[in-house]
Formats: sequence, C-alpha cells, structure tokens
Amino acid sequence: MVHECVGQIACLASDIGFNIDNLRDGFWQLSIDGLSWGAIYALVAVGYTLVFGVLRLINFAHSEIFMLGMFGAYFCLDMILGFSPSGNAYNKGVLLTVLYLGIAMVFAMLVSGTAAIGLEAVAYRPLRRRNARPLTFLITAIGMSFVLQEFVHFVLPKIIKGYGGSNAQQPIILVQPKTQFQIFGATVSNVTIVIVVAALLLAALTDIAINRTKFGRGIRAVAQDPTTATLMGVSRERIIMTTFLIGGLLAGAAALLYSLKVPQGIIYSGGFLLGIKAFSAAVLGGIGNLRGALLGGLLLGIMENYGQAVFGTQWRDVVAFVLLVLVLLIRPTGILGESLGKARA
Amino acid sequence: MTHQATPGTPGKVTGTLLAPGDRLRNWWSGLSRVQKWGFGVLGFALLALSPLFPPPFFDTPGISFGGTMAQFAMVAIIAIGLNVVVGQAGLLDLGYVGFYAVGAYTVALLTSPDSPWNQVGETGAFSEPWAWLACVPLAMAATALAGLILGIPTLRLRGDYLAIVTLGFGEIIRLLADNLSDITNGSRGLNKVAYPHVGESDHLRDGVFSSGNSSGHANYGTWWFWLGLVLMIGILLLVGNLERSRAGRAWVAIREDEDAAEVMGVNTFRFKLWAFVIGAAIGGLSGALYAGQVQYVAPPTFNIINSMLFLCAVVLGGQGNKLGVIFGAFVIVYLPNRMLGVHVLGINLGDLKYLFFGLALVVLMIFRPQGLFPVRQQLLTYGKRARYLLRSADDSKSAA
Repeated sequence: MVHECVGQIACLASDIGFNIDNLRDGFWQLSIDGLSWGAIYALVAVGYTLVFGVLRLINFAHSEIFMLGMFGAYFCLDMILGFSPSGNAYNKGVLLTVLYLGIAMVFAMLVSGTAAIGLEAVAYRPLRRRNARPLTFLITAIGMSFVLQEFVHFVLPKIIKGYGGSNAQQPIILVQPKTQFQIFGATVSNVTIVIVVAALLLAALTDIAINRTKFGRGIRAVAQDPTTATLMGVSRERIIMTTFLIGGLLAGAAALLYSLKVPQGIIYSGGFLLGIKAFSAAVLGGIGNLRGALLGGLLLGIMENYGQAVFGTQWRDVVAFVLLVLVLLIRPTGILGESLGKARA
Repeated sequence: MTHQATPGTPGKVTGTLLAPGDRLRNWWSGLSRVQKWGFGVLGFALLALSPLFPPPFFDTPGISFGGTMAQFAMVAIIAIGLNVVVGQAGLLDLGYVGFYAVGAYTVALLTSPDSPWNQVGETGAFSEPWAWLACVPLAMAATALAGLILGIPTLRLRGDYLAIVTLGFGEIIRLLADNLSDITNGSRGLNKVAYPHVGESDHLRDGVFSSGNSSGHANYGTWWFWLGLVLMIGILLLVGNLERSRAGRAWVAIREDEDAAEVMGVNTFRFKLWAFVIGAAIGGLSGALYAGQVQYVAPPTFNIINSMLFLCAVVLGGQGNKLGVIFGAFVIVYLPNRMLGVHVLGINLGDLKYLFFGLALVVLMIFRPQGLFPVRQQLLTYGKRARYLLRSADDSKSAA
C-alpha cells in the first residue's frame, strides 16, 4: 500500500512537472511574450474595472463584448478591406499595414462599443430601474453572456455566410511574425511591438480621459458617491453609458490585437477564458482602480508565462486561476487597492 | 448603488404571464402536513411511472424517455444541492460543476480499469456487484472535503468575489482532469465505471442498470431514474429538515443580511461553510449517479457552461424553494431533449438551448427575479399559526 502511494505521487509529479531551469534560461523571452499577453489582458481588464467602479457590478458579459470585437475585426479585414483567409501572410509594407490595422481596430472598437452600450441598455438598465439585488445583476450578466455566445454560435452563420458556427474562422494573417531586434538575448517580433505600443497608447489615452477630462471627472464622481454626483448635476445614466462605451472600445481594440497574436482563435467561445483572466487581472491590480487594471494585466500576462515555463504549457490557465485565488486570499483589495473614486479630483 | 433588497415588482401583465406558480403555491401552502405528504407521494408515484407509459406529446422522440428522466433526476439532485448554497445561504457558486466532477471522478477512479487507483477486481477492496454503491458515500465524502478545502479560504470573501473564485475552481477541476493524464486518462476519459448489478437474468446478463438493458420502456435509463428518484426523496427530506433547523434559520439570516446576522450572534462563517459543504456533498452524489449511469467519465462533461445551466435551473425554479428548483431542473433537461431534432428555419432547436436559457435568465431577472415558484418568506417556527393570524388581520382590515 505504501509503495503504491509513492508511485501515485510520482504519477502526479510527472504530470505537473517542476522545472525552474526553464524559467531561468528563458527569463527575458518569457517576460517579453508575457508582456504582449498582458497588454491584451490589461485593455480588457479596464472594461471590468470601470464598470465595477461605477456600478459595483461584475460585467460577466464583457468577455462576449471582446468576442464580438474579434468578429468585428475579422469582418473588417475580410469584407471591407478584402483580405481573404488564404493562409499566407500579407506583407504590405509598414505604413500600409499600420493603416489597415488602424482601420480594422476602429471598426472592431465600434462593434464592441455598440455592443457594450446595447448590453447596458437591454439588460442592466431595466434592472437598475427596479432597484434589483446585486445577485440579480450577476445572473443577468451570465444570461447575456450565454445569449451573445450562442448568437454567434448558431444564429450568425445564418445571417452572414461563413461567420460564426462551431469552428474558428479561417485565419487572416496580416502581419507575419518576424524578429525585429533582440534585447537581453530575447527576440522581439513585430507583432509584439504592435501590440505593446498600441496597448500602451490606448492605456495612456484612457488614463488621461478618466483623470483629466470633464466626463472623466464625472465617472470618478459617480464611482465615489452616486447620490452626491447626481446632486452636483452629473447625469448618472449618461456616465454609466460612457463607462460601458469606454470598456467596449478598449475591448474591441484588444480584440484586434488578440487576433494579430492568435489569428486562429476567432471563435464564439474565444472570449470566455480571456475574460476571466482579464477579470483576474483587474482584481490583481485592485478592482475599480484604472491603473491597477493596467498593472494587473501586465503582471498577470508575465506571471502566467513564468508559471507555464515552470509547470508545463498545459497548466497555463491553472496558473492564472491559482494566482487569482491567492490574490483574493492574501490581499483582496489588489495591489493598488480598489476604488475609482478616491483617485485625485 | 443601494443595497436595499427590494424584489422587483412585476407589472400586472408580465406578473400574470410569468407567475403560473403563484396559485399553485398558495394552494400547496394551504394544505396540512398530512395532505402534503399524500399529494407528494401521489406526485412522485406518477413521476416514477411516467417512463413506463410516456404520454404521446410529452415523449422525447429523438432520445429514450427513460434516459431523459434519469438525466432529470441527476440535475434535480444537483439543483437541490445548489439551492442550499445559492437559494438558502445566498452564496453564488458558479463552479458547482466542479463538485459534480469530483463526485463522478471519485467513483470512476476507484472502479474503472483504466485508472491506476482501481479497487475493483482480484486485488481490489470492492467486490464488483457492490462497488458502485460502496463508492457513493466515498464520493460524497470526497466532494464534501473538496467543498471544505475550497470553502475555508474563500467564504470570507465578498459575495461577488466568491462567484469568480468558485468559477475558477470549477475550471481548475476540469483542467486537472484533462491534464493529469497518468491518473485520469486525460481527455480519453475513464471507461467501464462500476454500476449496481441488480436483477441479473438470462437475457440481461449484467442486470437492469447496465447499458445493455437498452430496449423497451423499462430500460436502464428508467432504472437509473428510479434510483435517482429514491435518492432525491432522501435528499429532499434531509434538506427539508435542515431548512427548519437552526442551520436553516441561520442561512436565511445570512442571505437576507449578513452583517445583521453576525450581530445577532450567528457564526456566519461557520454556517456558510456548512451550506457549502452540504451543497458540495449533494453535488458529489449526483456526480456518482452520473458516473454509474453513463459508465464513462471524461472532462468535457464538466465544462463550466454546465455550471451556468445548473444555476439556471435554480434561478428558474425559484431560489430557496426546493420543489421549485426540481421543476427548474426538469425544464432545463426536458426542453432541450424534447426540442432535439425539431427544426425551425434550418436551425436545430435542440442546439439553441443555451441561447434560450440565457434569454430566459435575462427576461426572468427583469420581470420576476424571484423565479417561477419563489420561496415564501415565512416564519420557520409557528409558521402556520402566525400566517393565519396575519391573514385574518388582513381580512378584517379589508372588511373595514
């Protein structure tokens, strides 16, 4: 009996694996790859964090907003810009590629932004009018998540031929990953550069919008104290709509960047896991805190890559979830602490 | 956001449209205890006989009616268990399928020849005919333990965080089952799980519960349905008694206002943990049933979307009402099976189950957040007498 137990633990060990050398050898490469994942998580996480900050609601359907953004980006590249999914990469030169990417990104952002506003208007606004309990909101969010996923799964193929359905879209490879330069022995590809630069730019823009503009002040005011904000002449409904819009726009941008990184990942169920991870990132940084979400996203992307190197590729998702649980246990308010409202006035 | 728990007041039209349960419930709560038992026994007897004489329109054309009902019994047990956690204690558990998986995998790991921990056979601890039954309490114990391990760190968290952590847990369990391939056989799954060997005869060599018994109305699905029904009644009695006990009152107090409950001297953490562990064990029981019936356990069954479906059953039926959630479970299982193969506009309606259930959740949350058969807030002690007093007071007021 004792012998068997030893064998069983060995069994477990062989499946889980623990290889710290992997991490040491590939440290910089892992960090840089993780950074590009983290940039995507960060953009999606902003959507969770803003909505949570303003409404105290986990917008469970945000992952589906992201998923719709992926389809939007694909639709733009395929139908509007005319790139057919041929399997080979299009090499159009830097300027033209950036232009096309920009157009696709704007389109994806429009799709996601519209979807986010629509989601708010259809599902959440009636609940707010009825003063529903928090649990009710969460269940509605889950329901909408189902609806949007299954819409793309079964109904979209009937509307636009070749879209949606059970299989992923044929990949359109606009940018062929190519090494641009090396840093500490780690290679940096053009895809990584595009993702990180675009994400940082958008993150900076969002930060300015929230912290320095008039409607940003409105958002922070509503997050801090909805009643007083209303008394001061801030329209709560409009602020909530703006919040959903910003979250949706960023999710759309993230969706395009994601489809650059994983062109074969455009599928109806593709948002779910990423959404949970982005939410974990938001919690990691401190939910309700904008900069926390950005920091949390980057950290989660990098940590996940380290964990994957140590424990094996198949444990990647487990690493993210375990990290989430650990953060909640050790520091439930996240690294930078929660609250959108307590930021500077 | 205000945290006032004002249940939505449905408009008159939607109220009557979505509330077929109200009159039924009023009638039911007006019955005496003996009458309730009488109707209950009658109802369960009719339910038990239904697979033998499937009513013509009610039958499921694409799939064996007995099998559908067996599935219903399993989901109903899950719904009762989840109802303890979500409906009674007010803890949103999105990873309940994880417990279902732990239960199923406990049975499969202990009895499948594909597993390294197989205990059936020459050297094993179990004799083959009784292996399944012996594993059921083990499966429940293992799931209860899993609930305890998950609950101790997470139940101190805020409600919405709890939802996400449990979601992560459900996904981790599935990923473990998928990736620990030396033990769980990975995505190939575990075959030949044990089942009760009862009623063996010449033409049914492996007894009525084996998948060999597949013809006629009394096929193995029907037998599993009967077994599930017996277990369901047992669980119902257990949960019903818990509801009326100190633990049940503590759960209601926690659900309605955790801080107030704490102030009144309820050890909220301990009772939340109890709810979690009891709910987990019931989920494990259902998992064991599943493993026995299908005789094959593989990771895709325990996809997180099933967790949402279970939650849908509870919300649809009415959180906190154990008979309501059984109805919810029936809807969740029966409708997709009934719609299987029914085509509208080139779309198989059976495929659209998640779309419909998602829509149902959204609409229900707006117009009737308490579910079709909402739980009645009643005094748990002296309930009936107090209600009569209140009713007579109301009558005299309206007369005046």
